[in-house]
Amino acid sequence: MNNVNDLDVLRKIIGRHKRWDLLFMIVGIIALMIAILTFIALFAQMLVDGMPRLSWDFFTSFPSRRPESAGILSAWVGTTLVMLVTAASAVPLGVSAGVYLEEYAPKNLFTEVIEINVTNLAGVPSIIYGLLALGLFVYQLDFGQSILAAGLALALLILPVVIVATREAIRAIPIAIREGAYALGATKWQTVWDHLLPYSSSGILTGIIIGLARAIGETAPIITIGALTFIAFLPPAPVTDEFPYLSFEWLSAPFTVMPIQMFNWVSRPEEAFQFNAAAAGLVLVVMTLAMNGLAIYLRYRMRKNIKW
Amino acid sequence: MQDIAESNRYKAEVKNLSFFYGTFNALKHIDMVLHDKKITALIGPSGCGKSTFLRCFNRMHDLYPGNRYEGNIMLYPDNVNILSPKVDPIEVRMRISMVFQKPNPFPKSIYENVAYGLRVRGIRQRAILDEKVENALRNAALWDEVKDRLSDLAFNLSGGQQQRLCIARALATDPEILLFDEPTSALDPIATASIEELIADLKDKVTILIVTHNMQQAARVSDYTAYMYLGELIEFDETDTIFIKPQHKQTEDYITGRFG
Repeated sequence: MNNVNDLDVLRKIIGRHKRWDLLFMIVGIIALMIAILTFIALFAQMLVDGMPRLSWDFFTSFPSRRPESAGILSAWVGTTLVMLVTAASAVPLGVSAGVYLEEYAPKNLFTEVIEINVTNLAGVPSIIYGLLALGLFVYQLDFGQSILAAGLALALLILPVVIVATREAIRAIPIAIREGAYALGATKWQTVWDHLLPYSSSGILTGIIIGLARAIGETAPIITIGALTFIAFLPPAPVTDEFPYLSFEWLSAPFTVMPIQMFNWVSRPEEAFQFNAAAAGLVLVVMTLAMNGLAIYLRYRMRKNIKW
Repeated sequence: MQDIAESNRYKAEVKNLSFFYGTFNALKHIDMVLHDKKITALIGPSGCGKSTFLRCFNRMHDLYPGNRYEGNIMLYPDNVNILSPKVDPIEVRMRISMVFQKPNPFPKSIYENVAYGLRVRGIRQRAILDEKVENALRNAALWDEVKDRLSDLAFNLSGGQQQRLCIARALATDPEILLFDEPTSALDPIATASIEELIADLKDKVTILIVTHNMQQAARVSDYTAYMYLGELIEFDETDTIFIKPQHKQTEDYITGRFG
């Protein structure tokens, strides 16, 4: 028995150690289930409540005092247009900032402070961005309580996400590829444009979509800048039949978005509106999941040609 | 007059070159020449500074902060010091190409990999690109293997083919000097043999400087060999002399495998 390699003793010890594996596996599965089941339960509840309300009319009707004829037309159009502004402003700003920080910025204390700040900005409560947008876009720059102001507010909100995603995607490119480009006489910009951006595009795109998926559900900053909760008209169409065929009037139009429409219905006393809210929630969740799905698909598609 | 005659035979001349990574003195007072259209090998134990030395020739060290050169590398026949801060490193890299230790093709097509150096120079005409790409691939002994699939991804080639592709990429722009940084260390023996053969064939066209950890390789392919140790150039001579009758005990010890 005093032999340390006594097989019976060893087996007993191994058995005792393995019990910890089993224990942790059970704890892990329970933890995972709590997260997943909660979401499934919520989603199922919404499905049961909202599904009967989903119809073509629901998407093509304006909100109404009568719950059975109320729809989400102004909300989804508003959400789409706001997202358009958000993407159009957050993508060039965020990608440029990320590229600058990763490739151009000198490595010194100042850059480091900026980097830490950018990372921390991702954790700032969204209502703070709403306040900032209210002061800056709505009043100072006089954009009013418009689609433009809302889109820019959400762009500020997701900028850190886009910047961090850009930097990480660029950093994942091996140094050998960079040096290969520089060794052929490429300038920094040629290296960035011909190599770093194309090779990191899947990562950047994923970051953008994750950011937009976050922005699409944001309510607080939009309420802060004063989106309407009841709106029964659409912004002016972006395409006109007169030269120059493009109109940007919609940018300054008042609007509402999906989560606000939902919030509005949830706060109504009539039970029928709760079903409308569930149906709108369902649409919102599906939109978000679809965006995340698209991100995963694009990452897979674009990474197929790149092996490192 | 003597000088001009000398410099006709030299492609480059290293004069009292020292190099610093921050405060670390990686190269110490190196004097050496590159003979025109000859192959010069750099050998020495790991960490002796041979790669650092090689990367001075295309100013690769300029990419990272805190690096500093002292001394000159004169490029002939135009007698310009390529280490001078007044000389743009990009200009130097356009004249002096480099092949890296591990094949590093871009995740682009075979064609675009070879054409990239030309595109950087603003060449857009398809006919010129086609011709130069074909020439480069022929010179890199890769044309016959890839001519039917130029639009395939470079990653689909084998390791040896990828390295020859990188050589073609470096050749496409008609460099004056071609730098090789241990070009076969990531390859199997058969691919290594084909790369060595290729390097030997290339010396009619271009001056070559090659870093190798493999002494047999230096003996096989090079005309001149430099032995380096701890950042110093211990001995530089014709390869035959270095391998048969080295002047320094240290060189002899390294070459005969007594240390390294």
